[in-house]
Amino acid sequence: MARIDLDLAHAYKANPQHDSDYALLPLKMTFEDGGAYALLGPSGCGKTTMLNVMSGLLTPSQGHVLFDGRDMTHATPQERNIAQVFQFPVIYDTMTVAENLAFPLRNRQWPKDKMDQRVGQIAEMLEMSGQLNQRAAGLSADAKQKISLGRGLVRPDVSAVLFDEPLTVIDPHLKWQLRRKLKQIHHELKLTLIYVTHDQVEALTFADQVVVMTRGRAVQVGSPADLFERPSHTFVGNFIGSPGMNFLHAEVDASGLRVGSHVLDAAAALPLGAIKLGIRPEYVALTDAQTPGALPMLVSQVQDVGTHNIVTASHHGQTVKARLSTDSASVKTGSTVWLQVMGAHTCFYKNEEIVA
Amino acid sequence: MSTTTKPVNQKAWFLILPVLLCVAFSAILPLMVVVNYSVQDIISTDRRVFVGTEWFAAIMRDEELHGALLRQLIYSFSVLAVELPLGILLALSMPATGWKSSAVLVIVSLSLLIPWNVVGTIWQIFGRTDIGLMGAALQGMGIAYNYTGNANHAWFTVLLMDVWHWTPLVALLGYAGLRSIPDAYYQAASIDGASKFDVFRFVQLPKMRGVLVIAVLLRFMDSFMIYTEPFVLTGGGPGNSTTFLSQFLTQKAVGQFDLGPAAAFSLIYFLIILLFCFVLYNWMQQVGTEPKEGGHA
Repeated sequence: MARIDLDLAHAYKANPQHDSDYALLPLKMTFEDGGAYALLGPSGCGKTTMLNVMSGLLTPSQGHVLFDGRDMTHATPQERNIAQVFQFPVIYDTMTVAENLAFPLRNRQWPKDKMDQRVGQIAEMLEMSGQLNQRAAGLSADAKQKISLGRGLVRPDVSAVLFDEPLTVIDPHLKWQLRRKLKQIHHELKLTLIYVTHDQVEALTFADQVVVMTRGRAVQVGSPADLFERPSHTFVGNFIGSPGMNFLHAEVDASGLRVGSHVLDAAAALPLGAIKLGIRPEYVALTDAQTPGALPMLVSQVQDVGTHNIVTASHHGQTVKARLSTDSASVKTGSTVWLQVMGAHTCFYKNEEIVA
Repeated sequence: MSTTTKPVNQKAWFLILPVLLCVAFSAILPLMVVVNYSVQDIISTDRRVFVGTEWFAAIMRDEELHGALLRQLIYSFSVLAVELPLGILLALSMPATGWKSSAVLVIVSLSLLIPWNVVGTIWQIFGRTDIGLMGAALQGMGIAYNYTGNANHAWFTVLLMDVWHWTPLVALLGYAGLRSIPDAYYQAASIDGASKFDVFRFVQLPKMRGVLVIAVLLRFMDSFMIYTEPFVLTGGGPGNSTTFLSQFLTQKAVGQFDLGPAAAFSLIYFLIILLFCFVLYNWMQQVGTEPKEGGHA
């Protein structure tokens, strides 16, 4: 177990000139011992690069990786005592399930009785006890991935366990189960778990702290609630939530905050000039005409998703999505409604970064 | 699983006619000619007598044939025993990327491009003690090497020639197998703390199994039918020390014009190869894991 500090950048090309040459832009980050972290971002955002830098499969082109303050930048995965689970199941074909699970322990010369006990315990957690003596190669893809997970978790003394989109090949029903299992294992074993995924639900349900990444940059680190309530970057607002945060182009001048021709009173002191108003569809409310902080909108689509309606409406070409209860019968396609966009949950962005 | 009844149209049979004709002319008819010969005594081109299974009975008791068969088996298994480990070792030591890998691939496959009879000729000269590099070198080291006179020397030279000629095939197949292993396997093994040997034993070898089955089958069948190279190099001698099955057969059929016994033996020869391949294939599938993965060569 260890605290991991990163202060580095990585480019796969030699002599990077522009930001786009970097797979990982210069960043500083700390992973506390025993935490459950998720690296979340779209494909190609640098999250796997970051994971491989931590595990030691990749040496960063500049900067350091510290484990408990010790420089481990050039250490191998073995020296770092890291466990990693990959996107696709990696199993040893010729071994049984038990031998597969015991392999990391066997290579570290564990005594046989302790090894059997530990393998039994892990198999129990993964509900694989009945398959221990089966040949691993004959199993289904998700059973194989469970073995990979088990091999990652079998060593109790690891610095951290890194997961690289480990549930890609697992079917949705089992995904929920395994994610809950991982959470439970985290509580029982107190291991540092770092989980890479492009699925926000996976990240938000798994982790205490989520690192949102895009284009080689970690744009926000925070708890799931932070990411939802106060996205520090418009990318986070967009990426987290379904549908994502609404952004309205606005202008701040002496008279206040203006969206189109409407002046909305702003509670916070905002910088002058162009600004973006961000509000979650969950917080957009239906209100009476001419209410302060509301805008008239033309409804273009009403989508019934069962528990509520997703209403798409626009104000002078700027679209807003709202999550409204299903009994708001007055909201119909083609009608004009007033929607509240100012409130306690409204955020303001300048140059994509949060300002208020 | 359609439940609608389809109209019966037997014209579809015409579609397989071309294949049927090709296979008939290339395989079935020649084989049937051999079967025909095997039950007759061909006295001259226009005189023949039906003898039933007499040739089969005779050939099974033929001491010379037993000798040739034994030599053949020892030779083929020696070929496998040397070429397989050597080929795997070569494949493991070949560079994976860059211009070096291309260069090595070309160099390794050179010997595969040489026709059989040329290989025989090359080694015939190579082994000569007066002008051949190997022969003269061995002579110079004080070894009385003489592949035309010493049966053991002849046998080893034929084996060495086959190893030189065909180990690259095993190496290329193994190389292809190695390149198809995803990086994650090596990374996982490194994280699991596996030693280099563990990686070979638990990752590389099992993943190469599919291509190695192909290599074993190809090398076994080819070496079991070897003809041209020993024929050019030693002519089956000295004595009959390098007379393998196909040469024995040729001597019978063409040399002595014993078409009946030769045909009977051809059939037995054919069945032996079929049997060995069947056994080897099934055994190697068993040694590995599920049969599905065996086919990715």
